[in-house]
Amino acid sequence: MKLPMEWAKSFAPFEATPAEFAEKMTMTGSKVETFEREADAMSNVVVGRVAATQPHPDSDHLHVIQVDTGAGEPIQIVTGAANLKPGDYAPVALHRSKLPNGAEIRKGKLRGLESNGMLCSLPELCLTTHDFPGSSEEEILVLEEPAEPGSDAAVALGMDDVTFDFEITPNRPDCLSVRGLAREAAATFRVPFKDHTPPEPQGKGDVSTLLSAVVQAETCNRYSAAMVENVRIKPSPRWLRQRLRHAGVRPINNIVDITNYVMLEYGQPMHAFDYAYVNGGKITVRMAKEGEKIVTLDGIERALDPGMMVIADEKGPIAVAGVMGGEYSGVYDTTEKVVFESAAFDGPSVRATSRRLGLRTESSGRFEKGLDPNTAGPALRRALELVVELDAGDIVGGILDDYPRPRAQRTMPLNVAAVNALLGIDVSEKEVIDILTPLDLKVENGVITIPTARADVSRDCDIAEEVVRFVGYNTIPATILSGVAKARPTARQLFEEKCMRVLVGCGLWQCQTYSFYSPAGFDKINLPENDPLRDAVKIMNPFGEETSIMRTTALPSIFEVAARNWAARAESCAVFEQATEYTPTPGEEDLPIERQKLVLAAYGPSWDYAALKGVAEALLEVAGITRWEVRRNDAGTTFHPGRCGDIWVQVPVENAPPELVKLGTLGEVHPAVTESYDIKPRLVAADLSLDLLFEASGATPQFRQLPKFPAITRDLALVAGEDMPAAEIAGAITSAAGKRLESLTLFDVYTGEKIGPGKKSLAYSLVLRDAAATLTDADADEIIGKVLAKLGGMGVALRQ
Amino acid sequence: MKNALESIRAEAGRLIGAVQDAQALDALRVRFFGKKGELTAILKQMGGLSAEERPVIGALANEVREEIDATVRGAAKRLANAERAARLAGETIDVTLPGTRQDLGGRHPLDIVLGELKDIFLGMGFDVVQGPEIEYDKYNFEMLNMPKSHPSRDTQDTFYITENILLRTQTSPMQIRTMLAEKPPIRIICPGRVYRSDAADATHSPVFNQIEGLAVDKGITFTDLKGTLDLFFKQLYGPETRTRFRPHHFAYTEPSAEVDMSCFKCGGKGCPMCKGEGWIEMLGCGMVHPKVLENCGIDSTVYSGFAFGVGLERITLMRYGIDDMRLLFENDLRFLKQFKGA
Repeated sequence: MKLPMEWAKSFAPFEATPAEFAEKMTMTGSKVETFEREADAMSNVVVGRVAATQPHPDSDHLHVIQVDTGAGEPIQIVTGAANLKPGDYAPVALHRSKLPNGAEIRKGKLRGLESNGMLCSLPELCLTTHDFPGSSEEEILVLEEPAEPGSDAAVALGMDDVTFDFEITPNRPDCLSVRGLAREAAATFRVPFKDHTPPEPQGKGDVSTLLSAVVQAETCNRYSAAMVENVRIKPSPRWLRQRLRHAGVRPINNIVDITNYVMLEYGQPMHAFDYAYVNGGKITVRMAKEGEKIVTLDGIERALDPGMMVIADEKGPIAVAGVMGGEYSGVYDTTEKVVFESAAFDGPSVRATSRRLGLRTESSGRFEKGLDPNTAGPALRRALELVVELDAGDIVGGILDDYPRPRAQRTMPLNVAAVNALLGIDVSEKEVIDILTPLDLKVENGVITIPTARADVSRDCDIAEEVVRFVGYNTIPATILSGVAKARPTARQLFEEKCMRVLVGCGLWQCQTYSFYSPAGFDKINLPENDPLRDAVKIMNPFGEETSIMRTTALPSIFEVAARNWAARAESCAVFEQATEYTPTPGEEDLPIERQKLVLAAYGPSWDYAALKGVAEALLEVAGITRWEVRRNDAGTTFHPGRCGDIWVQVPVENAPPELVKLGTLGEVHPAVTESYDIKPRLVAADLSLDLLFEASGATPQFRQLPKFPAITRDLALVAGEDMPAAEIAGAITSAAGKRLESLTLFDVYTGEKIGPGKKSLAYSLVLRDAAATLTDADADEIIGKVLAKLGGMGVALRQ
Repeated sequence: MKNALESIRAEAGRLIGAVQDAQALDALRVRFFGKKGELTAILKQMGGLSAEERPVIGALANEVREEIDATVRGAAKRLANAERAARLAGETIDVTLPGTRQDLGGRHPLDIVLGELKDIFLGMGFDVVQGPEIEYDKYNFEMLNMPKSHPSRDTQDTFYITENILLRTQTSPMQIRTMLAEKPPIRIICPGRVYRSDAADATHSPVFNQIEGLAVDKGITFTDLKGTLDLFFKQLYGPETRTRFRPHHFAYTEPSAEVDMSCFKCGGKGCPMCKGEGWIEMLGCGMVHPKVLENCGIDSTVYSGFAFGVGLERITLMRYGIDDMRLLFENDLRFLKQFKGA
């Protein structure tokens, strides 16, 4: 909302510099975003009075002008414009001046004659013929009224006012008006608010013989209209054009300007339209009928539906209520009779219509916020007052006013104790009343009367806000919460923190990626057509393809990170994200399931399957998970079929034996996938459930006695078929050796000609120990014997 | 004999003192102490001495023997030290060469800053809770005093999943979830992702992180809100930090405020960081609207509370002087690696 200072002062005679005004208004709740004096971009431009003109002797299109700029002798200026005559007043840019269009003016010579500045036309001043309708953009601007030669042209041009741009919050539609903000200014600066009450219009004849207006729609609270005949379309006077320009509205003609002026002053959107286009002279506010259409003022044909409110005449809709008029609903040079409409349409209804039509206007933006129907009357009377003042036509007697849903004034008790209790301060009842009164919140006998424009005030907390913003948010003290402060991270939060530290310690970099992506991501990770992961939560109104579905797997997200870093020529990259995945649920009204994953991806010289598995093992270790295994997974399409495994872990089940669940998948990424991401090196990745990792995580470790008896270490070099998983061999050794096997370590794997094709050699170190006695060599031999016997049964032999 | 002993003493002292290697020392030891050694030879002659002379010469002989022995041991130690010194000198390495180690990764800057914020609020007694990102409209808007047609919704361009389910636009729905599940006293913060239908640019992202705070108890006041947030900013930016509260509007708090912090770069004098204003806008807050308490079954005549919401990205960008929000979500290692010391 743009507020010209001069207009505001006409209601609230405060004294403040623009900076003070901005600061104080902001601190009482009307936030000034920026402020600007129109003439700030201009310097050294003064009023000049033309003393003499003559043609340039050496040019057929230049003119030599002698201008009185208040500095003794007139100065000579050469100009191309021919419209000046002695006695004219015009803006003169003197030597070393700046113009709003960015030009800098210096004296010079034109065709041999000295020119000591420039006479200005509208474009150089960033003005238009809308602002100065008597001038032309090709001519020098001639001032409408005389002014002192040499005086600041900014004053003469009406460019010296300051405009403030306010951010108006949705709870204060009353402040979307000069009057509303001026009332706040009056309260802020403790000066009286000088309201203006427009008089009852004095018209001739009876409007009801020409026009009827009936409200049928329940979403219209009030419809008022008045008529003006013998319309005299012409430019508005300069003071009105100037106020409009400073408020950011382009002047058009007196009738249109009046509607805009009243809208700015009262916050009430007004509509003026040619009576000739109201068929039958009958206006009905109703819901649109199925199949009805309207061509709106912007020339676009729009289909209407019964959820949209329209202004209709006998033939059909002539305006979309509160949004935009129909194509013939303007005011034209031929207009003889004009209808002024001042209505109160229901906010939600206008909002819904405006959304469905994809059409937002100044009017709809205001109605959406819920306007006070009681403003419609004074606004209409103000418009008619201006019609008279501007001599824009003759008022037809009477006003049409259908007001089926009046908004009544409300009252509430003043509870100073409640206000103080909420704020934590101690203000007296008198202070509260002194604050409320200038805001038109009148207090009598402990009862507050709330003006209908203040729909936001209904409870003690609302009064508290009014009080504290004028007491001063920053003058009241700051206190510390009383009571016991007890808080600590949950077990899950501590666990997550531990996992993050392990991953960082393993050399991985934490990432944050978007939670949504394009369905193309599924193709990029080579997901089969019928994979359930393709069933994703869809966003109804995505910003684009890239934000259209919520991720069901975070692998595409982390692959994108690897791809970005590969494209940026990172030789090595190891990244992870604690990512949320979103799984749809069948019920329309059920929220999707959100699961937490740890997704890891890495490429580079030190990253292969084993390195990434080492990271997974470290995670399992700090999670205290001892019962886990990796099973080969050759069925997936995202991972290399020969280099992929699933990690299975035991999770505790209440009142039942623990259950083995799949924690996730780990492997080298399928070349089809790395190709789709343009990643050249081998990429390894893991997709692990953080939720299951936490569920499976071990209880508090329990101390065991340090060993009292010595251990015996035996190494076994074994030969097995190449296809036999090491985990199977280790499993056999563990089960055959029994509980005296303290640890089992694989320290060498060999394939090659020394052992022949199709075979591999595995070298294990077994640490054997008896907790209760010194183990003898004979004991160790016996254990090893059992191990070899079991391995023999599996076709695994000692290496010769 | 006495003279012979004295000359051995002198000779031994001279020779052993000058010895340069272990072999020579050993030879000298044999020369004096060996079976055929000089001192041994003298001691063998002791039998031929008179009864008067024998104790005198015996004492002297012992003295000389012990002295030479000590000299030998001293020389041995000297030689050993010299030998070790020579060996160590040969083992000199370039200590300025880089170490060998397992490379460390690092935390994302947003996570680093979030960790700090969580610590501060935990210290003030606020538990950290989390909630769903895909949320009911009623929790994200309606129960927060923003019915379907409320104009406040326009300030938050929302991604919808169904008519009643959306991507939360704020972490405020956790206020509702917490108040529905728990009775006061409540003190929580809820960090998490929120979504708005904005195109990504230097200062916008369709996904970003917010931290919601909520305290509900008997007798919580607006001055408590001021004190809590003032303390928070002092903890985050240092004890000299000042806060400024400006009236504002949120549908779910009344009174509401926006909070500015004195510029951490210039201390409030005005600089490019704060665009010359001396203040930086940091967050929105207010007293929980009684209607919101009532929506959650909390008696607003008995309890009051405050709530606030702060953007994590904003704090992170300012903390590290990052000038483009998109960098946070691009995860370029050249970017991430700049925060390893954070």
